[in-house]
Amino acid sequence: MAELDGLRSVTRRQVLKGGAAVAALGGVSAFLAACGSSGATTAPSGGTGPSGAAPSIGGSMTFGSNYSDDVPKTAMQAVVDAFKAKTGIDVSVNTVEHGKFQDTINAYLQATPDDAFTWFAGYRMRFFAAQGLATDISDVWGTVAANFSEAFKTASTGDDGKQYFIPFYNYPWVVIYRKSLFTEKGYTIPKTIDEFTALGDKMKADGLIPLAFGDKDGWPAMGTFDILNMRMNGYDFHVGLMAGTEKWTDPKTKAVFEKWAELLPYFDPQPLGKTWQEAAQDMIGGKAGMYFLGTFAGEQATDPAVHDDLDFFPFPLFGTEYDAEMGIDAPIDGFMVSAKAKNLPQAKAFMEFLASGEAVDIFLKSSPNNVAAAKDADTSAYTPFQKSMATIIGGSNKIAQFLDRDTRPDFAGANAMQGFLQTFLGEPTQDLDGFLSGVQAFYDSLPPL
Amino acid sequence: MADYSVPPYAPPVDSGGAFAPQPGGVAPARRRGRHFSVLTRRDRMVLALMVGVPAFIHIFLIWIPTIGSIVLSFTSWNGIGGLENIKWIGTRNYETLVNIYPPFWPAVQHNFMWLGAFLFIATPLGMLLAVILDQNIRGTRIYQSVLYMPVVLSLAIVGFIWELIYSPGQGFINNALGIAGTPDQIDWLGTKGLNLAAVLVAAGWRHVGYIMVLYLAGLKSVDNTLREAAAIDGANARQTFFQVVFPVLAPINVVVLVVTVIESLRAFDIVYIINKGLNGLELLSVLITTNLLGEASLIGFGSAIAVILLLISIGPIIFYLYRTMREMPE
Repeated sequence: MAELDGLRSVTRRQVLKGGAAVAALGGVSAFLAACGSSGATTAPSGGTGPSGAAPSIGGSMTFGSNYSDDVPKTAMQAVVDAFKAKTGIDVSVNTVEHGKFQDTINAYLQATPDDAFTWFAGYRMRFFAAQGLATDISDVWGTVAANFSEAFKTASTGDDGKQYFIPFYNYPWVVIYRKSLFTEKGYTIPKTIDEFTALGDKMKADGLIPLAFGDKDGWPAMGTFDILNMRMNGYDFHVGLMAGTEKWTDPKTKAVFEKWAELLPYFDPQPLGKTWQEAAQDMIGGKAGMYFLGTFAGEQATDPAVHDDLDFFPFPLFGTEYDAEMGIDAPIDGFMVSAKAKNLPQAKAFMEFLASGEAVDIFLKSSPNNVAAAKDADTSAYTPFQKSMATIIGGSNKIAQFLDRDTRPDFAGANAMQGFLQTFLGEPTQDLDGFLSGVQAFYDSLPPL
Repeated sequence: MADYSVPPYAPPVDSGGAFAPQPGGVAPARRRGRHFSVLTRRDRMVLALMVGVPAFIHIFLIWIPTIGSIVLSFTSWNGIGGLENIKWIGTRNYETLVNIYPPFWPAVQHNFMWLGAFLFIATPLGMLLAVILDQNIRGTRIYQSVLYMPVVLSLAIVGFIWELIYSPGQGFINNALGIAGTPDQIDWLGTKGLNLAAVLVAAGWRHVGYIMVLYLAGLKSVDNTLREAAAIDGANARQTFFQVVFPVLAPINVVVLVVTVIESLRAFDIVYIINKGLNGLELLSVLITTNLLGEASLIGFGSAIAVILLLISIGPIIFYLYRTMREMPE
């Protein structure tokens, strides 16, 4: 037994030693972080003085990017190169597959994040700002505010009234169709939901699926919910519902799901095994007449002639008091500076550059499915597709981000809302009261923010 | 165990001078009897390393995470900030799981269906194939290779392959049935109720090969005289297998059983690759992942699901340990 005691004490010692090592490591990294941030804040020059241009800081910084697909990745590199040419600042880009980037954002921002990173406006931005994981860049906004509309500034502002985000571009959720198909069959663009269903009936008679739909990934259905809710209950109710002040058990919410169930016969009857890409191909390939999705669906038309044949219109109106709002989902992608940024002046100079039309022009050249946020972007180079996007966004008085960007991340993800909406789509005739009280009960069970 | 295994070896088994009384050095360890002095300081160092290192690894990699999960399951934490942000909320996570969280019961049910399908269909099928291939039929090696092939693929790849087979428009099955592209086409992986069975076929395809190889190895080790003796006693092939071979293979049977249970409970990748475990493919392992690791970061809630999976796993673990321990004294 004595021997075993001895062994145990060795183990205990090892454990303690291990613990101490871990603690020491933690200390070191905290110390390093402290050095980094104090170094940055005491750096006298600052990249963000009133002069703005920040031509001669030099140095280097890191940038975490979720632009992992080939085309946007190359475009982002071109933006970074232009920034280097202008300021001499070296940006090392750390690209992570976008799904993974989103899944690990929490740990990433707490561990050793890059100085700047790509992210989304809306609740998703405010959440991380409120958790103290982002750097306040109100000073950058002091310089660049004139280059953005008030709506973009609001979308970049955290709960504390400070700005944490630089908007880059956005894109609307619209009904996309092929002009040639509409001309050939003599279809006209429906303005109201009645015209929309009438057109749907006509398309069915012509052997088409009126609306392509794919919700295998869980999130595309959110766009449909958003637009129906905004059309039927207005933007304020929608935002309240996302923020938790309105309830999923509200009869108004139930009405949305009832309407959705009524419209489902016009959608692809098998959406749950289909990705959005496959659904887009259905519309592009002429199996479906229309497709309600973000304009990024255009990426699926790789043939430029086919891309030119694509056009779109806002989701039809319901004849409610909210018609004038012309509410729409137009999610904004952009950039933030992490709270642990070690090269703050460089990161802020980068933000300032990204807020310019010059930067976004470079990016959009290769990605014509988005429109620039900056006012001084060169809109004369827009394709007709981009011009229509700009018109539709400009004509909307209320702009939402998207369900998973407007509500808390622990509610919107694959753990909850994605699955809930699929449950509805799988069985639209189910007891909606039971379904919605389940949704609300789960929302209520989440930890207070 | 240590209590009865150490003393019998301690008496004067002098293995080459190690028994020489060690003055001074071992004095503190002598409190409980001089027979312990058979161990030199060096022996003790070796022992300490051999027991200490595994114990250390075991404690750090198994016990601390397990106990950590159990403790966290009674808390609410979004994974941000230090330990001071963890709130103690008692059993509320479990109440939410059982009473509110819609995917929970389907996930439990699917886990058990997975276990049942493996236990009662895939595993017996693998054993049957092993028995057939053990008969030295012609081309047995080719059959073995073909059946074993899926085992070398990761489940993620298996999922990908079967997605191609099941795809409604382009997939092999619907095209073979001639219903691809028609309104009657079957959406194998997108239809709730159907997709779990479809995935079980894919996962079972791999599992059958795995069990077959395990069992075949066992069958090869059975002493042929047993079979001959049974034949002389007039047993037919069936009786020989069930009354002679099968009981002799008891240790392999336990391994097969344990492997089956483990494979069923840890099922994750194939489902995650297909649709992130949504729409009829909910599994506890996926719910743990989406709640813990995604942007959601419901650390306490995810841990509570993990504890439930642990509780389900403990049944087979106890059975296995009971079997192993019982056999050990022999």
